[in-house]
Amino acid sequence: MTDIDAPKADLQVVGEQGLDARLVIDRGSFRLDVGLTAAPGDVVALLGPNGAGKTTALRALAGLVPLSDGHLRLDGVVLDRTPPESRPVGVVFQDYLLFPHLSALDNVAFGPRCQGATKAEARAQAAAWLDRMGLAEHAGAKPRRLSGGQAQRVALARALATRPRLLLLDEPLAALDARTRLEVRAQLRRHLAEFEAVAVLVTHDPLDAMVLADRLVVIEHGRVVQEGTPADIARHPRTDYIAQLVGLNLYRGRAEGHTVRLDAGPSITTTEVLSGPVFVAFPPVAVTLFRDRPTGASARNLWRCEVAGLETHGDQIRADLTGELPLAADLTTVAAAELDLHPGAAVWATVKATQTHAYPA
Amino acid sequence: MTSLDKPGAATGPRTGGPRRRRVGTGGRRGVPLPLLVPGLVALAFLLLPLVALLVRAPWRSLPQLLTSAEVWQALQLSLVTATAATAVSLVLGVPLAWLLARTEFPGRGLVRALVTLPLVLPPVVGGVALLLALGRNGVVGKWLDSWFGITLPFTTTGVVIAEAFVAMPFLVISVEGTLRAADPRYEEAATTLGASRFTAFRRVTLPLIAPGIAAGAVLAWARALGEFGATITFAGNFPGRTQTMPLAVYLALQNDPEAAIALSLVLLAVSIAVLAGLRDRWLTGTGR
Repeated sequence: MTDIDAPKADLQVVGEQGLDARLVIDRGSFRLDVGLTAAPGDVVALLGPNGAGKTTALRALAGLVPLSDGHLRLDGVVLDRTPPESRPVGVVFQDYLLFPHLSALDNVAFGPRCQGATKAEARAQAAAWLDRMGLAEHAGAKPRRLSGGQAQRVALARALATRPRLLLLDEPLAALDARTRLEVRAQLRRHLAEFEAVAVLVTHDPLDAMVLADRLVVIEHGRVVQEGTPADIARHPRTDYIAQLVGLNLYRGRAEGHTVRLDAGPSITTTEVLSGPVFVAFPPVAVTLFRDRPTGASARNLWRCEVAGLETHGDQIRADLTGELPLAADLTTVAAAELDLHPGAAVWATVKATQTHAYPA
Repeated sequence: MTSLDKPGAATGPRTGGPRRRRVGTGGRRGVPLPLLVPGLVALAFLLLPLVALLVRAPWRSLPQLLTSAEVWQALQLSLVTATAATAVSLVLGVPLAWLLARTEFPGRGLVRALVTLPLVLPPVVGGVALLLALGRNGVVGKWLDSWFGITLPFTTTGVVIAEAFVAMPFLVISVEGTLRAADPRYEEAATTLGASRFTAFRRVTLPLIAPGIAAGAVLAWARALGEFGATITFAGNFPGRTQTMPLAVYLALQNDPEAAIALSLVLLAVSIAVLAGLRDRWLTGTGR
């Protein structure tokens, strides 16, 4: 396997640890341009809607898609033009891609074998990894005999067995059913926490991203639209997509003191004192609905709306409103019945200033 | 058997299969005559010659005919050359199939068409073409002769070359189809684990497409075994050296028709054995 080790020798080393990348991929109609940095031990989630370019970014990191421009450095080593087999990168694919003709043990031993270990060494390492994943008794099983959760752990063990400096996970939980998902998510979180190098995972599920990652990078239309800690992003969404993910009404406007004049027209009164372009967010449960205009109400944020649609949302009813201010409102089933809500019904919506949250755009 | 009688077993998957099949064959009532009659004629047309072969077979003198030295010689030569031609096709044809299925290069469509040309080319023309290329005065053969003293036409090696020329396209097309159907992302997964493209091919792709390769090899072998035109043109008809079974059959038909029938029966038996082997081992194996 000397042909694998050879290219590493002439790799250029330039400073610091961790991942430093700018991934540019030009495909004519679609352009991905994403900057990504992470320190060893970080777990970064690339979050975004379908077609945003998350998986393309992951494939570029793995070397399966060539960069049109930008750079990729891992622990100071320039990897821009390094073929995938020479990159210290492990990948857990969305549907795992376990080799169907090999046992779980030989799947995991595949990487060490390619790195030059003897068959016995590779198998010993693989056995240790499977043991760590709690899969020792399934070592001899072919992939089709494994459950979804077990296959996921074998795939993780296979990727980790090459001792990567960058671990990539493409929708690691998407192939699992809801119940397995819960359990596997917890296990995966533990394994990622133990992993000493950089981990980057791609997901469209905000819960997976928030549970598994220390930092979120939200990608829309091939660009990073927001990045930060899960808590920060959940509190301060900056695009409609993120606001929807974290379940907030989000508006953009210009603040003057306590008043934010929205780009859409009406104003919102907030508790924060700000000036200049801002975002205002509030949760759907903060909205109160009335059939008639409330008299003497303390809420200054009062808008005339029309019910566009209703759906159950957990044990609540979510009303989708259009009108002066398009918004989502959550109310109890009883309240919805008392208000006689139906699509087309006219309502007044109010939000207390204390329940809104404004932050600079 | 007893488990089937239990009430609980009635819904088991084992009883589901035959039941579904019965429903499928039940559609016979609606077969229109304009399709049924020609279809049955076609069936008779395909089977009648084989039946005739069996009817007119000199069963009594068969053991004596088949144990003659010439028959054994021809059969042996046929088996050896067909197997060698298949081996050549495998060693060269599988990589060619991979190139066609997995790489992009200008004119790939044209190359693919050229590869399949021997499939439709009359074998005699193939034989003539081989003579012009590898014959003593051929484009390449001239140099082989003067530099290395290698003469290919009218030798056993020539038989193998003629058979491989005709049979390899079957293998290439079969393997290429299997490769296209196989998920190339397994190769990607292998490269992310540190495998070079060749290692990925050897350790992942090859085992995955093994059933397709086996099926292609059997097709190629059967085609090589039956090769006549290219062989007789390029390698001639020398008993023990280049006279394979089909050539022996053709020759025997003129002097000793009974021997020709006997030889034909042997080839028929081999063909049926191949078909049965394909059906049991590979055709059902790939479905999984």
